[in-house]
Amino acid sequence: MPEVLTYGFMVRALVAALLVGLAAPSVGVFLVQRRLSLIGDGMGHVALTGVALGLLTGTAPVPVALVVTVVAAAAVELLRRYGRTGGDVVLAVLFYGGIAGGVVLVARAGGSAATLNTYLFGAITTTTAEDLRVFAVLAAVVLVATFGLGRRLAAVSSDEEHARASGLPVMGLNLLLAVLTAVTVVLSMRVVGLLLISALMIVPVAVAQQLCRSFRSTTLLAMGVGTVTAVVGVLTSYYGDTPSGGTIVLYLIALFVVTAAGSALVRAARHRGHRRRHHLATPVGEQA
Amino acid sequence: MTTAPGGAAPPLLRLQRAGFGYGERVVVRDVDLEVRRGERVAVLGSNGSGKTTLLRGLLGLAARTGGTVEVDGEPAPSRRSRRRTGYVPQAMTVGGGVPTTVREVVSTGRLPLRRPWVPARREDRAAVDAALEAVDMAEHAHEDVTELSGGQQRRVLIARALAAEPDLLVLDEPLAGVDAASALGLARTLAALAARDTTLLVVTHEVGPLADVVDRAVVLQHGRVVHDGPLVPELLGASDEALERLQEESRLRHQHVHHHEHETSPPPGWVSDHREHRPQPTADHPECHHPGTHHPETHRA
Repeated sequence: MPEVLTYGFMVRALVAALLVGLAAPSVGVFLVQRRLSLIGDGMGHVALTGVALGLLTGTAPVPVALVVTVVAAAAVELLRRYGRTGGDVVLAVLFYGGIAGGVVLVARAGGSAATLNTYLFGAITTTTAEDLRVFAVLAAVVLVATFGLGRRLAAVSSDEEHARASGLPVMGLNLLLAVLTAVTVVLSMRVVGLLLISALMIVPVAVAQQLCRSFRSTTLLAMGVGTVTAVVGVLTSYYGDTPSGGTIVLYLIALFVVTAAGSALVRAARHRGHRRRHHLATPVGEQA
Repeated sequence: MTTAPGGAAPPLLRLQRAGFGYGERVVVRDVDLEVRRGERVAVLGSNGSGKTTLLRGLLGLAARTGGTVEVDGEPAPSRRSRRRTGYVPQAMTVGGGVPTTVREVVSTGRLPLRRPWVPARREDRAAVDAALEAVDMAEHAHEDVTELSGGQQRRVLIARALAAEPDLLVLDEPLAGVDAASALGLARTLAALAARDTTLLVVTHEVGPLADVVDRAVVLQHGRVVHDGPLVPELLGASDEALERLQEESRLRHQHVHHHEHETSPPPGWVSDHREHRPQPTADHPECHHPGTHHPETHRA
């Protein structure tokens, strides 16, 4: 057995990474399709207020963060639908309010900058067995919902107006996606930290987008990319003594740069090949 | 799928003094319209005439400000009416660009008929296959929709609506923004659907190649119906000037109708501003039919 697996905290960290790597992109693919790639960041900021509230009241921070974030997610969705404020403004208010609330409440709870940092940037090696059980349930909820209702969520994310005209419960599905986003954020905060949560939802999708042709294959590849980079990132952070969240996200960004450049080159080559064939196929007299 | 003798069966779509708008703004008012099974109706009008609002109102996407809307005798929009009405929007919405195949897009049209959490049944897959065949896109089923031409994307949208096996197909500007060859191809597809007795309601600012498909025209001007009858030659170009002229003639007819009914020769099938002069559809002739009227059957290929 590798040395790393002899430590209980590392085993828990790797299981947490696996769960997050699978669950985050399965929600992220709908957020990308809805052009709401940044909403995870807003939710992460709100989760900070939840964590601080937990610290202040002496309650376990993860469940409190879950409740606060789910309520905020539902409120944002309702405001987007019925309010007079634009979606991006609601998101901005969420960003500011979440961070401000978190900072003030952590200070009131007597927390230090170090406490704040563990939530902002992740502290995967501090994952307890109790945390892991909560994460496993949350990941299961997210995966069951995104697979069971994936087609509906995709339909609403791609063409909300058509979904409404054809009689799908658009509001309910949007609310469900908002709640799943909130759950994923809370699930991911130990692994990548609240500031980098969105990366694990969005970048694997951005990578898979370059390589796939269908929604289904994009989703599955994104989940694969998320899982592998999360696990490899945690291992790298153990051996290289780097923060896990940043390491995972840097791997993802590197993968994105490579696949984006690769697919751009392939497209350019295909275009050149097409032009050459066209050139050869055109009789000399007809060439411009 | 047949009209009962004597018009006993309710029309597939019936609007009575219906008005639609957004918030406080009423865009379309007092529209009376009946569409029977198997009819192919074009809703014509220039930009700002209210035709898009009418369409959105039928689909429950714009607020009803007055009157009634019924689909097959039941108040609409309801969950049931939405499922019986297939909506084909003007353009493909591709969202954030997650790759999606033609088949995946068409399958979403079937979702309202499927139960949540349950995988697609054999009849769902068969309906999607049939929809792809109907628009001649079966061989592109596994291609990414963003890589298709504009005309092909329209076909995919038509197939998505057909996947739910709707009673009424509502199309928003199906030929706008596609090249002439694609427009002809789309018109042929719609003609094939019409030949299978699909009821069509096509909102368009120009009839163009659809002249062979539609058998009745409803013209909107400033949010009101100014013509409901056969597709007369004047409507074929349906430029803004032509519509202005039609409205002027409609106004003149309204002024002279009592005194000069035989001297003035208005285009057949005109609706005057007086409701009582509106030619009433009959069971035998669902559209208004006048002697000398250019009848669409005569030039349908």
